[in-house]
Amino acid sequence: QLSREHQGITLRGSAELVAEFFSYGINSILYQRGIYPPETFTRVQKYGLTLLVTTDPKLANYLNNVTEQMKEWLYKCIVQRLVVVISSIESSEVLERWQFDIECDKTAKDDNGPREKSQKAIQDEIRSVIRQITATVTFLPLLESACAFDLLIYTDKDLVVPEKWEESRPQFIANSEEVRLRSFTTTIHKVNTSVAYKKDSVP
Amino acid sequence: MAQFLFEADLHGLLKLDTPIPNAPPARWQRKAKESGPGPSPVGVSPMKPANRSHSSSKTPSKTPGKSGSKIQSTPTKAGGDRYIPNRSTMQMEMANFLLTKENDPAEESPTKKEQQKAWAVNLNGFDVEEAKILRLSGKPQNAPEGYQNNLKVLYSQKMTPGSSRKNSRYIPSMPDRILDAPEIRNDYYLNLIDWSSQNFLAVALDNSVYLWNHASGEIIQLLQMEHPDVYISSVSWIKEGNYLAVGTSSAEVQLWDIQQQKRLRNMTSHCARVGALSWNSYILSSGARTGHIHHHDVRVAEHHVATLAGHTQEVCGLKWSLDGRYLASGGNDNLVNVWPCTQGGGGDFVPVQTFTQHQGAVKAVAWCPWQMNVLATGGGTSDRHIRIWNVCSGACLSTVDAHSQVCSILWSTNYKEFISGHGFAQNQLVLWKYPTMTKVAELQGHTARILNLTMSPDGTTVASAAADETLRLWRCFEMDPIKKKEKEKANNSKSSIIHQSIR
Repeated sequence: QLSREHQGITLRGSAELVAEFFSYGINSILYQRGIYPPETFTRVQKYGLTLLVTTDPKLANYLNNVTEQMKEWLYKCIVQRLVVVISSIESSEVLERWQFDIECDKTAKDDNGPREKSQKAIQDEIRSVIRQITATVTFLPLLESACAFDLLIYTDKDLVVPEKWEESRPQFIANSEEVRLRSFTTTIHKVNTSVAYKKDSVP
Repeated sequence: MAQFLFEADLHGLLKLDTPIPNAPPARWQRKAKESGPGPSPVGVSPMKPANRSHSSSKTPSKTPGKSGSKIQSTPTKAGGDRYIPNRSTMQMEMANFLLTKENDPAEESPTKKEQQKAWAVNLNGFDVEEAKILRLSGKPQNAPEGYQNNLKVLYSQKMTPGSSRKNSRYIPSMPDRILDAPEIRNDYYLNLIDWSSQNFLAVALDNSVYLWNHASGEIIQLLQMEHPDVYISSVSWIKEGNYLAVGTSSAEVQLWDIQQQKRLRNMTSHCARVGALSWNSYILSSGARTGHIHHHDVRVAEHHVATLAGHTQEVCGLKWSLDGRYLASGGNDNLVNVWPCTQGGGGDFVPVQTFTQHQGAVKAVAWCPWQMNVLATGGGTSDRHIRIWNVCSGACLSTVDAHSQVCSILWSTNYKEFISGHGFAQNQLVLWKYPTMTKVAELQGHTARILNLTMSPDGTTVASAAADETLRLWRCFEMDPIKKKEKEKANNSKSSIIHQSIR
């Protein structure tokens, strides 16, 4: 185990860590906000926490595809942001918007050797963010109607759009309140999390 | 020359702001003639509509919602039953010019480009030129029809109908007594009430501690913090009931003698407020906002005998097991740690169990009095579940969704049941049968979230402190008089045997 600690972070390792975080983070959001029934989630141990992931095969497959693609793009340092958009099915209005900004240190591509940061330290940071996501249910407004989610990825302009991916609009919320959550960094990739939600209209 | 004439004619026709000669009279004209001078003379000419700011120019409309079209509300004055535009007020020439003008972006000055770019970044939140937004096609299906977001169920939950099975005992739905608790701090993470074995209920109200004698109803103010900004964050009675431990927001753990109403000790070892306390004979354990737990041996001068570092956020739940073998702690980091009473080989305290299943802060921690090694825990708003554990095997024996923030759990000594205190939306206490985990009763009354629960020494009454600044005493574990006699008999016979042998 000792050797793992001293291995350091490589670009590929960092991309994997961040992509993994997104996978668990998105699952947590889907569970906490009640987008899918809680019975369709199962508990797994990760980051020293009990996290909930979906058991729905289609959904799991979709998320997997996105995560795999994210891994690749993170490795190439051409992805800037991942957004989880939650909108009402009936009115198509965007109610909540989870934004994960990614800052990539492009010098990492120059194969300078692995960076010094322990896996444990990164895990601790990720754990804090995931716990914060879970705790947001205490202040986020109730999602009254049935909702659907959408995943948007902001990439560099000159990226070749792979098969099965299409361009999309940003899907902003018209009148929103924003809350910044903690960020974590692997020294190669830094992820800042924030959530924007529709301001309650005057009752 | 002819073409100019033609053009002029064409323009004249297109302008249309002079009445067409020799045309049949318009409907409004006919109507006007019919009605004559009757209704109103104003109705003769079509109404001049207000708000004539529109044109088909490119200037952005100030009201994005409105379509900016020519549709106006029909004037209700007599003489016009439909809207007729007045072309003379329209800026036809301006419209024509803008339509026919070539769209020439090269004319824009570089500063204007900068400005536009700044606007774009502002509006879109990023530089459109620099990034594109992608999504994976083939979205997975939505949740099935009829699925109602469970949070909505949580917040709109009405009283659950009573169980069909008749309860074997009568549980009064109203509290026995309601006491005033003004200025009680509405902080989920504090533990502000405790009931002693001598039947004194200690209540911390902001910076003072009051003792309420259950038997006589007398109230004594035991202490008040000297500094106005310091508040009490936890209280805990020693088993014998003659000393009270008090944790403060200034990181102190104080020990007070009730008989003399004097402070015996002021133990400082923490660096943040002490929100949780628990006694194990002469060892007092305290949990602080830093996540550290300290053991204090109150008999010796060097009181700080151990530090348990297992939480990264505030420790809000702390309970020694009844046999003194384990200490259970719950924190704001959603973890539950079970600590042994002695250090491990390396000299450090290491938890024998760590439970991570709760998705919220764990303040409710309680040991089962009739089954060894069984621990009940309850989670905060993000979690809302009650879990029962076997701390030896680490197995989660039961889980139940309480649909509401769990602030406290108490096991009954008279029945095989436990009671839990809740917050939004019903602020109720729930009695559960163990191990079937069925609801026995729900006690409603508090008008704000419950913060703490504590039990009387005879095990019949539960006191709840809530954010509505009241303490309510619920007589929910009243013993059946027949059963009571049996219990007393059993206790008496035991003591008599001892007396015999001593002789």
